[in-house]
Amino acid sequence: MSTNEHVHKKKLTDPPKTIKFKIQRREKEGADARWETFEIPYRRNLNVISALMEIRKNPVTADGKETTPPVWDMSCLEQVCGICTMVINGRVRQSCSALVDDLLLATGGNTITLQPMSKFPNVRDLKVDRSRMFEHLKQVNAWIELDGTYDLGPGPHISTEVAHERYVYSRCMTCGCCLEACPQYSEDQYIGPQAIAQARLFNMHPVGKLEMDERLNGLMEENGIANCGNAQNCLEVCPMSIPLPRAIYETNRDITVNSLFGWLKK
Amino acid sequence: MASSSLKIAIVGGGLAGLAAAMKIAEAGHEVDLISVVPVKRSHSVCAQGGINGAVNTKGEGDSTFIHFDDTVYGGDFLANQPPVKKMCDQAPNIIYLFDRMGVPFSRTKEGLLDFRRFGGTLHHRTAFAGASTGQQLLYALDEQVRHWEVNGKVNKYEGWEMLSLVLDDHQVCRGLIAMNLQSLELKAFYADAVIMATGGPGLIFGKSTNSMTCTGSATSACYQQGAKYANGEFIQVHPTSIPGEDKLRLMSESARGEGGRVWVPKADGDVRPPQDIPQDERWYFLEERYPAYGNLVPRDVATREIFQVCLEGHGVGGENQVYLDLTHIPAATLTERLGAILEIYEMFVGDDPRYVPMRIFPGVHYSMGGLWVDFEQRTNIPGLFAAGECDYSIHGANRLGANSLLSCVYGGFAAAPSAMEYAKNVERGNTETNGIHDAELRRQQAINDGIVASTGGENQYKLHEELGKVMTDNVTVVRYNDRLKATDDKIRELQERFQNISINDSNLWATQAVPHARQLKNMLELARVITLGALNRNESRGAHYKPDFPERNDAEFLKTTIAEYTGEGPALSYEPVDISLLEPRERNYKKSSH
Repeated sequence: MSTNEHVHKKKLTDPPKTIKFKIQRREKEGADARWETFEIPYRRNLNVISALMEIRKNPVTADGKETTPPVWDMSCLEQVCGICTMVINGRVRQSCSALVDDLLLATGGNTITLQPMSKFPNVRDLKVDRSRMFEHLKQVNAWIELDGTYDLGPGPHISTEVAHERYVYSRCMTCGCCLEACPQYSEDQYIGPQAIAQARLFNMHPVGKLEMDERLNGLMEENGIANCGNAQNCLEVCPMSIPLPRAIYETNRDITVNSLFGWLKK
Repeated sequence: MASSSLKIAIVGGGLAGLAAAMKIAEAGHEVDLISVVPVKRSHSVCAQGGINGAVNTKGEGDSTFIHFDDTVYGGDFLANQPPVKKMCDQAPNIIYLFDRMGVPFSRTKEGLLDFRRFGGTLHHRTAFAGASTGQQLLYALDEQVRHWEVNGKVNKYEGWEMLSLVLDDHQVCRGLIAMNLQSLELKAFYADAVIMATGGPGLIFGKSTNSMTCTGSATSACYQQGAKYANGEFIQVHPTSIPGEDKLRLMSESARGEGGRVWVPKADGDVRPPQDIPQDERWYFLEERYPAYGNLVPRDVATREIFQVCLEGHGVGGENQVYLDLTHIPAATLTERLGAILEIYEMFVGDDPRYVPMRIFPGVHYSMGGLWVDFEQRTNIPGLFAAGECDYSIHGANRLGANSLLSCVYGGFAAAPSAMEYAKNVERGNTETNGIHDAELRRQQAINDGIVASTGGENQYKLHEELGKVMTDNVTVVRYNDRLKATDDKIRELQERFQNISINDSNLWATQAVPHARQLKNMLELARVITLGALNRNESRGAHYKPDFPERNDAEFLKTTIAEYTGEGPALSYEPVDISLLEPRERNYKKSSH
C-alpha cells in the first residue's frame, strides 16, 4: 500500500499572511452580544486554541482598538475532556481539534468565526455553563450500584462484543455537541441524546441491568425520551462517533418491553 | 453537620480525589470536593494505555512481588519501598473493583480481563480499555461519586480554585480558601482534614502533555505555607509525544506495548517516505541496544536514547523526530486496541498511523516529585494529606508506564482512611469561630486586589512563555550545573518582573487573567524547587541525568530531596530512603533479568 493514500490531509499550499477571527463577545450572562474581529499572523500548525492564546496575550482588535481578552474554556487539548466545545464557522465542535489550515481550506477565505454554544447559559464570551448535563446523568442513574468498594473479587464475565459496544458509549465526554445540534433540545424540555446513551451504557451491563427500571423511569419523565424527533443531527456532530440514534431506539424498545411486561413483576 | 459526621475537603477531582471522596462518603462522612473544572473533565482523562496489576492471566508466572520489584528497579531505587509494595499488592483488587463498577475493559475470548505489555516489565500486566483507560477509570469514579452526591454525602465545588490552606497558630490545617472562577468570590472551607489531589505541574514547562489545569499551583501554595516538597527535580519526559503549537500531545506507550517499533533511517537526511525505506536501511536503535526489552525499555531510557539520536543529527530529516512505526500490525488489530490514540494522531497530524509511521519526540509528562507524605499519605502539616501525582511517594526517580493510574487510585484509597482516622481524633476546639478562616480569606483577597491594581506593564503570558522555555531547555532530559544555575537566575528575574505585571482584562467576570497570575506566581516558586533540586543532585538516577555525573551515586544520593520554603527560596535537605525490602542493585536494561 502506498504511503500517499493515507496522508489524506490536504495541505494548505498558499496560506494567507494573516488570519482573522470573528468572535462573538458577551460580557456576562444576559448582556448583549457583540462581534469583535482579531487578526493574527498565520503560522503553520495553528489550532483555534493556540490562536485564542495568541489573541489573549495582546487583545487588540483588527482595527486597532484595545479590548478585553476573549474568555473560553480549555483543558486537555486532546479532544477527550470536552470542555473547549464551541461553534466554529457555524458547526459545533471542540476548538482544540479545529485546525486552522483545515478551516481555511474548507472556507477558501481567511476568516474564522467563533461563537459560544447556544443551548446553554453563556457565562462570558465563548464560555458556557453545561452543568445541567451532569444533572441529567443523575436523572438516569448513570452508575452501577455496588454492594461496597471493598474487595469482592472480579466483575462478571463479559463478551468481547458487549465490551466493545459499551466502550463506544463510554467514550462520551459530556461535550454537549449532540444537544447543541438537536432541534428538540432547548432549556430543560428534553433530556437529550447524551443521557439516553449513558442509560443505555449501564443497561447493557450484566449488573447495571438490575437497575434498568429506575433508569427507564427517569427517561419517561416529562423531559424524557419521548421528546426525540428523530432528526439524527446528534449522530452528525458527535466527535466520538457514538451511535446516539441507536441508543435512543434501543432504549425506546426497552421501555416498550418494560411497560408491556411490567405488570408481570408486580 | 451532625457532630458525629466528619467533614473532609478534597482538592482535585481526578482519579485520586474521586477515589478518596468515594471512600469517605461510603464511610458515612461528608466531603467538600473542590475542582477547577467539572471533575469529569480532570486531567486523568488523558491517560491512555492502562493500569498495572499482576493478575497473571497469561500464565507468565507474574506476581505482585515482581510488579513491586519492577517498580522499584524502574524508579532506580529512590522510592521508599513499603508503600510501593502495598500498592502492588492491592493492584489486582483495584482493577477488579473498576471491573465491578462497569469499566468497559478490553476482554479475552473467554470474557476475562485482557492485559497488555508496557515498559519496564517483561510481563503482560496492564489492564486497558481500548486506548482511553484513564478516561474510562475516571468516569467510573465520577459515576460513583455522583451517586454519593445524590445521597447528600458529597458537595461539589466545580469551577473553584484553591488558593491557600487555613492554618491555626500551631500550624494545623483547619480548612482552605478557594476562589470561584466566575465571580472571583473567595470562600473559606472549614474541614477536619484536607486531602490534596491536584495532579502534576506540567505547565511550569510551558508545553507538556499535561492539561491546561496542571499548573501545580495548589501544591505550590501548600509548599509556601510549610508543606515539604520532595524530589521535585524528578520530572518524567515521555519518549513519545506529538509536538504541537499549544501542547505536546501524548502518544501512549501502549503503541509500543502492542508492538510499535522506534527507528530512524540509517542514512542521515534520507528524504524517502518511510514506507519506501527498506528494512535493512532502518536503524531500530532501541531494539539493537536493548535486546531483551527492546522498544519497551523504561521511559527515562527511551527518552535519552531518542534525544541523543536526534542531537547527533540522525533524526528524521535531521529534525527532532523519530519514527514510531505500527504499520506491520494489521489495521483491524490496531483499531481495536489503540483506536483512540491513533485517532488523536490522525486528527492533529493528518496521517493515518495504521499505514504511515508516526513522527514523535520526547515531551514533559509527569512529576515523580510532589508533596512529601509519610506511608499513610500524611504531609508534615497536621490535617493535610496528599494523594496521586501531587504526592511524591511511589515512583522514585522514574515512573513505569501504567503505574500512574494505579498510584492515583491507591493514593486516594490510602489517604481517605488516614484522613478519617486523623479527623476522628483531632480536637476541633473553637476553630470555626476564632477568626483564622476570615483572616486568611482577607489575606487572599488582598493578593487578588494587588494583582488587579498592579500596572507595571509586564505581560503575564509572556512571562509564562519565558519560564516554559528556560525550563524545557535546561531542566528536562540532560542537565548541566552551569545551565541550571542560569535557569535559577532567570526564574528569579521572572519573579521580579512578576511584581510588575498588568492584567489586560478590565472585565473581572470569569476572567482568566487573575487566576492565571496567581498560578504563575506559584509556578515560579515550584520551578525553583525543581531547578535547585536538580542543581544540587550531582549524580544520574532515573529521569535525572547529568553528563558530568553520569553514574548513580548511592553513597551520597540514595536520598529523598526535601525542599522547604523560605522567603529566599527553597532550603534543601535530604532524608534516607527506606530500602528495607529490596537491596539496591545496578539498573541495567541491557540484561534480560534484573
